[in-house]
Amino acid sequence: MSTTRPSPRRSTAHRALRRLPLRIAAALTVLVCLFPVYWMMSTALKPSRDIQSYDPRLIPQEWTLDHFRRAVGADGFGLFWRNSILVTLSAVLLALLVALGAAYAVARLRWRGRRQFMLAVFIAQMAPWESLIIPVYIISRDTGMLDRLPTLTLVYFMITLPFTVVVLRGFIAGIPPELEEAAQVDGCTRLGAFRRVAFPLLAPGLMATSLFGFITAWNEFTYANFLIIKQQDSRTLPVWLSSFQSTFGTDWGATMAAATLFALPALIVFLVLQRHVTSGLASGGVKG
Amino acid sequence: MSTAPERTATRSTPVRPARRPSQATPAHRGDRPSPWPYLLIAPAILGMLYLLLYPLARAVVISFQDFRLRQLILGDAEFVGLRNYRTLLTDDRFWEAVRRTFVFMSVNVVAIMVISTLVALMIERLGRIGRTAVLSSLVLVWAVPVVAATTVFQWLFHSEFGIVNEALTGLGLHSFEGYPWFAHGGAAFTIVVVLIVWQSVPFAAITLYSALTTVPGELYESARMDGAGATRIFRSVTFPLVRPIFMLILSLEVIWTFKAFVQIWVMTRGGPGDATTILPVYAVQTALAGQRYDLGSAASMLTVLLMGGVLVVYFRQLFRQEGEHL
Repeated sequence: MSTTRPSPRRSTAHRALRRLPLRIAAALTVLVCLFPVYWMMSTALKPSRDIQSYDPRLIPQEWTLDHFRRAVGADGFGLFWRNSILVTLSAVLLALLVALGAAYAVARLRWRGRRQFMLAVFIAQMAPWESLIIPVYIISRDTGMLDRLPTLTLVYFMITLPFTVVVLRGFIAGIPPELEEAAQVDGCTRLGAFRRVAFPLLAPGLMATSLFGFITAWNEFTYANFLIIKQQDSRTLPVWLSSFQSTFGTDWGATMAAATLFALPALIVFLVLQRHVTSGLASGGVKG
Repeated sequence: MSTAPERTATRSTPVRPARRPSQATPAHRGDRPSPWPYLLIAPAILGMLYLLLYPLARAVVISFQDFRLRQLILGDAEFVGLRNYRTLLTDDRFWEAVRRTFVFMSVNVVAIMVISTLVALMIERLGRIGRTAVLSSLVLVWAVPVVAATTVFQWLFHSEFGIVNEALTGLGLHSFEGYPWFAHGGAAFTIVVVLIVWQSVPFAAITLYSALTTVPGELYESARMDGAGATRIFRSVTFPLVRPIFMLILSLEVIWTFKAFVQIWVMTRGGPGDATTILPVYAVQTALAGQRYDLGSAASMLTVLLMGGVLVVYFRQLFRQEGEHL
């Protein structure tokens, strides 16, 4: 894995000293990454008087679940949770399925219009989603799809699709076609060769793109806020969080608890999938 | 565009026979066009047509109409030609937003690319435990939803109870006691940049790192045996090999920072004054204030045109590389 191992001739002490700046940089990176997340969670667990303190402490002296209780006790919590999960998962699966086919066609097959298709996908990346809200609103209204979760699913599918195609294409192109050709010589069909040889090597790519799709759909606020108006039961978590924030105003404890609850599923899914991504990389899978 | 890539592409074709279970004889793609590529991209094309192109076309139409709240409800919009565009192009606020968008994009993209390259190189040199720790924390940051992260940054930079002011004061910088970050243009701009860089580095660093792992170790060995130093190895061995992925991330970051909206909208709404009003924020502000959906649409279209101009350079490079690799 490690391609830059120092030469064994050097002494251990010298090596340790040489690696010190590297270790400090790594520690600093971890610190910068984790501190805001830590601060969000610890604020959520502190009693209000410790939050509104001119002398904030790094480690809370007292712990309380009051803020979380207030957040969970808010109206429709479970329902919005369910809505978010439903919309997110269906959008991600749809995008992966559609993108895998397209990415394979672009990376492995030669056909007229391939470049034009890729150009279209790149341009789709630039889609000004915020400015498409009015037209999407009009179209949904005219087709009776306003206030419905499938509308959000389709929109999120479309938002994640171009990225998914681009990244999967990169990953597929990164797998030497010779591997599949060898399998085909050994009697596999083209599809079989892809499924048995390339697909396992694609795992990190699929993980990476589904992570991205997940976070995009889980995050999305503007469309959820604008296309779900009358049917309050179809709202999603980000919208809930925003209404929560305005209800509680400067209640930073409750706001941080709500933000933690909102972020938690994403954090868990990422940490679980991340092991696969890194183990895929570590096993040298993508080295080919 | 040169014809060289085409030639390379067709030359490699006959090596890979397109055999499918139903066919006994291998069909060469050069002989007759196969329907497979088109079937594979059909769902993506359909999605793009209905969910992207059609709304986009309507947005373009709106940008040429007199389209306000009344027209949204009654649907009796009139065409006014280029009037909306004329209004925008003669507006100093619009040009300020254009300038600010380019500054914002450049600062963000440079910071993101430099930091993520350094982080990726660092991860590669770390041991197993260090690597897992850094990758896990990067993934964690990547997972924090934008709205949640933005709220947290507002809290970190809170003037009275914020930990940042507390820490800066503790370091002896007493001017930061109760410093209202969101009341000063430059400070608010800085916070938005810090937030976006913090959120963007994980994706870029992890992807760059995974690209680095594909560089064969033997190349490093031989480069080192030839007496190349670390900088020289990076320039002559590492970078050329990861350049396609590097360019991909670069273009994505250009697009993403050009379109940055939610962070700014939730955090400052473009304020104080216009200090953080970049083009997407300007478009939504225009659409919402006075329900000028027509002006908002026109501003969005101009944003797309500007971004397209930036990316044309990239597309040309991409296609040249395609030729080398395929």
